[in-house]
Formats: sequence, C-alpha cells, structure tokens
Amino acid sequence: MLLCAISIFAIVALIAIELVLQSQMSWHKFGLPFFYKFNVDPDTHMPLFWDPVNGTFYALPFLYGTLVSSLVALAIAVPLAVGVAIFLTEMCPRFLRSPLSFLTELLAAIPSVVYGLWAIFVLIPLLREHINPIFIGIFNAPLTVKFFGWTGLVGDDGLFGGVNLGLGLLAAGVILAIMILPIIASLTREVMTSVPNSQREAVLALGATRWEMIRVAVLRNARIGIVGSIILGLGRALGETMAVAMVIGNNPEIHRSLLSTGHSMAAVIANEFSEATSDMHRSALVEIGLALFLVTILVNGLARLLVWAVTRGTPARVN
Amino acid sequence: MGVGIEVTNLNAWYGANHTLQDINLPIPANHATALIGPSGCGKSTFVRCLNRMHETNPIAKVTGSVRIGETDIYADASPVEVRRRVGMVFQRPNPFPTMSIYDNVASGLKLNGFSNRRALDEIVERSLKHAALWDEVKDDLKKKSGASLSGGQQQRMCIARALAVDPEVLLMDEPASALDPVSTSKIEDLIFQLKSQYTIVIVTHNMQQAARVAEKTGFFLNGRMVEFDSTHKIFTNPSDKRTEDYITGRFG
Amino acid sequence: MRARIQENRTRNSIRAFTDHLATALAILATVLVVAPLIVIFVYLLYKGASSLNVAFFTQIPKPEGETGGGMANAIVGSGMLLAIASLLGIPIGIGGGIYLAEFGRGTRLANAIRFTADVLNGVPSIVMGIAAYSLVVVPMHHYSALAGGVALGIMMIPTVTRTTEEMLLMVPHSIREAALGLGVPNWRSVLSITLKTASPGVITGCMLAFARVAGETAPLLFTALGNQFWSVNLNREIAALPLQIYIYAQSPYDDQHRLAWAGALVLIVLIVLAVSLVRYVASRGILKGAS
Repeated sequence: MLLCAISIFAIVALIAIELVLQSQMSWHKFGLPFFYKFNVDPDTHMPLFWDPVNGTFYALPFLYGTLVSSLVALAIAVPLAVGVAIFLTEMCPRFLRSPLSFLTELLAAIPSVVYGLWAIFVLIPLLREHINPIFIGIFNAPLTVKFFGWTGLVGDDGLFGGVNLGLGLLAAGVILAIMILPIIASLTREVMTSVPNSQREAVLALGATRWEMIRVAVLRNARIGIVGSIILGLGRALGETMAVAMVIGNNPEIHRSLLSTGHSMAAVIANEFSEATSDMHRSALVEIGLALFLVTILVNGLARLLVWAVTRGTPARVN
Repeated sequence: MGVGIEVTNLNAWYGANHTLQDINLPIPANHATALIGPSGCGKSTFVRCLNRMHETNPIAKVTGSVRIGETDIYADASPVEVRRRVGMVFQRPNPFPTMSIYDNVASGLKLNGFSNRRALDEIVERSLKHAALWDEVKDDLKKKSGASLSGGQQQRMCIARALAVDPEVLLMDEPASALDPVSTSKIEDLIFQLKSQYTIVIVTHNMQQAARVAEKTGFFLNGRMVEFDSTHKIFTNPSDKRTEDYITGRFG
Repeated sequence: MRARIQENRTRNSIRAFTDHLATALAILATVLVVAPLIVIFVYLLYKGASSLNVAFFTQIPKPEGETGGGMANAIVGSGMLLAIASLLGIPIGIGGGIYLAEFGRGTRLANAIRFTADVLNGVPSIVMGIAAYSLVVVPMHHYSALAGGVALGIMMIPTVTRTTEEMLLMVPHSIREAALGLGVPNWRSVLSITLKTASPGVITGCMLAFARVAGETAPLLFTALGNQFWSVNLNREIAALPLQIYIYAQSPYDDQHRLAWAGALVLIVLIVLAVSLVRYVASRGILKGAS
C-alpha cells in the first residue's frame, strides 16, 4: 500500500526527470534567452520567433498567448463564478441547489476536445458575426480613437484591431473562461460553506442586510480560499491544450489585438510534437513542456495551499 | 434607556415541530429577566423570536405579537430594523477573526454608516469599558485580532460589540455557558451593572446565575411558559408544582 | 450619555437598495452562466444524436471525401487504451488510497502525498504525454497503444488515489470498531470489511477517473498517435475516440464533422453516467453501511 502511495512522488519525479533530460539539447543551445529573444526575418523585417525549418526556436509567442488567453479567461470567469457561488451558497432556494450543483459538476467533467468542437462550430461564428463587431464598433469608432487613441488600446492597432476571423486570442479566452468557470465556482462554494454559521448570525444580529452579512461574514472570512480557487482556475487555464489548440489559430506571432491569431505553450506542443522536423525541434518543444510543468506545479501548489488554509483538513474534492 | 417588551400569544415552529406554544410575557424595562428551563424547552427559540433571528431558518414560522416599546416588531418593522435596536450575545463567542478588536466592536456602527473617526474611537472605548474589557485590551485595540483573545475576553468583546450600537434591549443566550468560572462571574457582574441602562433578557441553564442577576424569572417547560414572577418568589415559593420540581432538581 | 444611531432614512434605503442590487447581480451571474451551458449541452445532444447510427458503431472511417463510415475503430481503440490505463492506474490508485485513509492518516507523509496528488491532477495532460513518450515510445522506437495506455494510466493514479481515500474516510469509525470488537484477527480483515463497505463509492470513483481519462486527447497525440484502420495491436498506433474527434473537427469535410459530433455525444453520455452514479452513491449513504 505504501508503495502505491509513494508512486505519486515517483510519477512527479519521473516526469520532471524526463522533461529535463529531453530538453537538454535546446537548453544548451539557447539558454535562458529561449524565453524572450527573437530573430528578425530578413525579408519582412518583422520579429521571427519560431521557424523550425531554419532552426529558430524562441518561445515568447507561446508564453504571450498562454498568458493573454488565461487572463482574458479569468477576467470573464471570476466575476461570474463568484456571483454564482454567492447565489448558490447564500441565496438559492433549496430545490434549485442540487440540480444546479449537479450541472456544475457535469460541466467540469466535459472533455476539452468536446469544448473545442463546440467552439469551432458555434462559438467562433458567434464571435465573428455578432460579438466581435460590437467591440470593434466601440473600440475603433472615430470618437473613441479621438479621445482614447493615446492609450494604444483603441483603433486599428488596438485591442480589437485587425482582421476579424473569429478565432484567435479572444476566442481562446472565452472558451477557457467557460471551462474554468465550474471549477472556480464549486471551489468558492466550498470555502464559503466552510465559514461557520455563527459568523453569519453575529453579523445579522447587529442589524445587517443580507448582502452586508455576506460581505462581512462570508466573503471576508473566506477571501483567502476564494483567491486560492481563482488561482486554481488560472492553473487549469494555463495548461488547457485541446480547446485552445482548436481556436487560437496556431500562429507563433505576437500581436496586440485580441482578435489576432496566436499560439499557446500547450497548443504548440500538441500541434508539432509528433511531426517535429528535427531533434532540436523536439527538444525545444520539451523545454516548453518543462516550463509549463513548472509553472502549473507552482500555481496549483499555491492555490491548494490557500484553499486548504481556509477549509482545513482534507483538501478540496478531486476535480 | 431600555424599553419594555410585551409578548402576546407567541407561537413558533421549526417545520412541523411546535416549539413555542401561546407565550404571554411582559418583560419590564431596565431590568434583567432570566429564562430558565430544561434543555429543549424552547427558551433559546423564544429569545431568538425577540430579535427575529428565529426566522433566518428556512423552515421556521412565527405567529403572535411582540411589542418592543411602541413597535410591533413583526408587523411594523423589518428584521434588519429590529436587529439594530435589539442586541444579541450568543452562547459561544463569535468574534470576527479577520478584524482587530477595534474593528470588531465598531463593526455594527460601521455597517450603519458611522464614519466619524473620533466618534467611533469614543464609542469603542465606552463600550469596552461597559463590558469591563477596556483595561485589558486598550493597548492592543488595533493590533490584535478579535479571535486572539481568551474565551472570556472574547465574550466580553462580543458584549461590547452589541452595546456599541446602543440597543434598547440586550438578549443573552447562555452567555457564560462556554466559559470558565472566573470569566462567568465577571460577566455576571457585568449584567448586574448593565441592567439599569438596558433591558436584559438572559437565558440560562444555571439557576444560581438567574438568582444572582435577575429581578424577574420565567420558567419554560416543553414550549410553554409555566410561571413568570419575581426571582425571589420563583426560587423560594413557586406557585406551580412543575416549577418547584425543576428548582429542587427533580428533573432537568 | 450614550450615542444613539440616528435612524438615517437615506442611508438605510441605500443599504436596502444595495442588498437588492447584490441579489439581482448574483442571480444575473447565475443565469448568464447556466443558460449558455444548458444551450451547449442541448446543442451537443442534438447534433450528436442526429449523427448517431448503427454505422457509427460498426464501421471504420471511409477515405476522405466519401460519406458514411463510422468510428468503430476509435471506440475499440479507446476501449483498449482505457483497459491498459485501468490495469495500471486502478490497482495502484486504490492501494495508495487505502494507505492514505487507513494507515497514514494524519502523518506528514500522507499529507505530503495527498498534496502532491492534488497538484499532479493539475498538471496539463500534455506533459504526461511527453513523459510517456520519453519512457515508452523512445525506447520502443515507435508509437504504440501501450504508450498511450501508460500515459492515461499515470493520469488515473492520483485521481483514483484521492477518490478512494475520500470514500474510505466516509466509512464511519463505528464499523471499524465493531470489527475490532468482534476480535477480527488482523488488520487485513478489518481492511476487507471497510473496503467492502466503501466499495460502491470506490468503484464509482474509479468510474469517474475512467470517464475523465476517456476524454483525454493530449496525452495520446504522440503516444498512441491514432490510426485510420482497424488495429488492436499493442505495439502499433491505435485509434481513439477523442483523437478522432480532434482530427475530424478540423477537417474540411462535413461528413467528418458529423462523425465528430456523434463521437462527442458518446463521450458526454459516458461522463453524465459516471457523474450521476457518483452523486447517487454519495447521497444515498450506501457507504455508511446503509443498503
């Protein structure tokens, strides 16, 4: 039995070792600049990051894409997830509670590839035809450009500039938001439920409204755990592979616009690993994998610690 | 100054459980009234009906009337309004762990929009003095968290917190039952001093405590109020045999 | 004299308004979340159901451009991969869970293992794929179903460990004490009683891990690789349902899209069954020795 349990450590060790070993080639050649340098394309004079044919391997676009899509996902998912958690824990009528939480559990269990499938055929056309035009209208209107042009976020070079294909960073952010929402919501629920009722009663007895009670007794006491669940959501978003690979456009470039296509760390590995053109190519991909591994371990470790600190005892149920 | 409470035909349910039956009770202003009775007789439920905390439970139901001063708290006021005027101290101290002692005591005031720094300082100090806690914490008001105090201190802080909003009535649900004897006697002294300024209703398991602090006592049994009279009479010459049996320890 | 809080009408109505606003916003958030998700579900069911037919389950994919065909090889392939994964993941996982619940309870080691298992669950599955690639594909010099199975199996271990532990912990201590009080000879017997009581929960926990891993695509991309034809050879590439969905989703042919939807529906049904079963078992208190 003990052996079986120890296998968990063995697995982590094995993964780490293999990742380090296989990325040695790339690490020795490029070193730390792997993550931020770039070449310049002699023809177009644009920065060139990732060109397997010519042996150029710089990972910045993947870091950028992963980060931007994850941040967009958090920006969308966190307010909604916390709102849902508050509703389910403090405001929901009894009969709705069970079906709603069942739904949340189901959604957390849907495979990434299925989300990706839906995103390709439903989300992207929806974004392209209905949602993006709204943002483009607001952000690129002459009046907006006149007043806010100095921020660099509006107009054709801004957040919603360029061609509207539907797929790209924004699409990736949206599908990620949908995917991490159930996790953040259910974990936030768990930490909120672990706040003892005596705290709620104490605030109510002072003459507080229900929202004030939620704010002072529940949210305040659970805030560390809520932060933890948000970070856990971030961790999941960072590592999401399939759905992102299917909508982000797989373009190893960096552009400011959310409508532009991009790439992510997990997606490039998914796309190119089995057809890697050289050992160096493969090694570079493994190095990206190693970076992903370290980052997700750190983020998830931190998140679990925070959640555990509030709920005390056996950490949150496996998702 | 405190106000009197007039309870008329109060009935309360937890789901199908008829917890309180036809309670009629005049609680005098500026006195301490004790409620005694065996476990499960409904005294806690009764007290929670006085500040409309009973109804926070979704299966709870109340009928009848409770007048605090001029106001029928069920017909004429919202629960939030009632709880502003009626303070409560719970069986187990429930300080807010994320707040300092100062913030704990001031929390009720801040919720009500008090922002004047100096006024807050004054009220916090006065409340802590009223609760006989000032000398022990005055140097650590903002540095220590409310949960870092000892059990007895926490409870006195909760009393200060309830007093800070200047309630007309103070409800205490077995306030000393979770505390050691020294803290208990401090709290009893406190009640003795507070009762001239507030109307206090105290639920207690401890008959000696009732005898020590309250002028009037009500004996509850199985959801009914069996006898309500001056404390002296209840404990020396009760009118009802059931009261006598309880007092002399034949049950409960 | 004591200060009295002025019954500030304006302030109180602002407070009441804020309270109502907060409620409205929370409800809005819930609706915004639930409605589209129900729509996704229904859409999936609709698109998938209209594409499911007998051919789906019996035929292999037709060459590109031709209509018809099915995903039989992918279903069988997934079955094989999951069988390998389960052989690897379930025994080790249950063993680990037993250790955490029965022997290591409260020890620092157990806490460390539990924490690591949770963290491992958060590691992207593609990283698992890379590890399986290095450990199995490279030494064998070719892709294989075995490699895919190993990748999935490694993923199952932390999940099964944690669910087994949770289910065992739900067995009330009184049952263990009763066994001891009866003079049951050794720890093995006590264990078998506890395990037997918790077995519905443990089994459904395995089902959950199984369903979760059944939908995983990333670890298979460079281990099992996928296969257009019938193959049950452990030593060769093998088709898998999620892989096939991934490929077809991005193909230009409508017919392949149709197949992708049908495959997605199959996966969803599996998930719904697993999750429902777990909830059912947990809620009925079957674990507590009730029947």
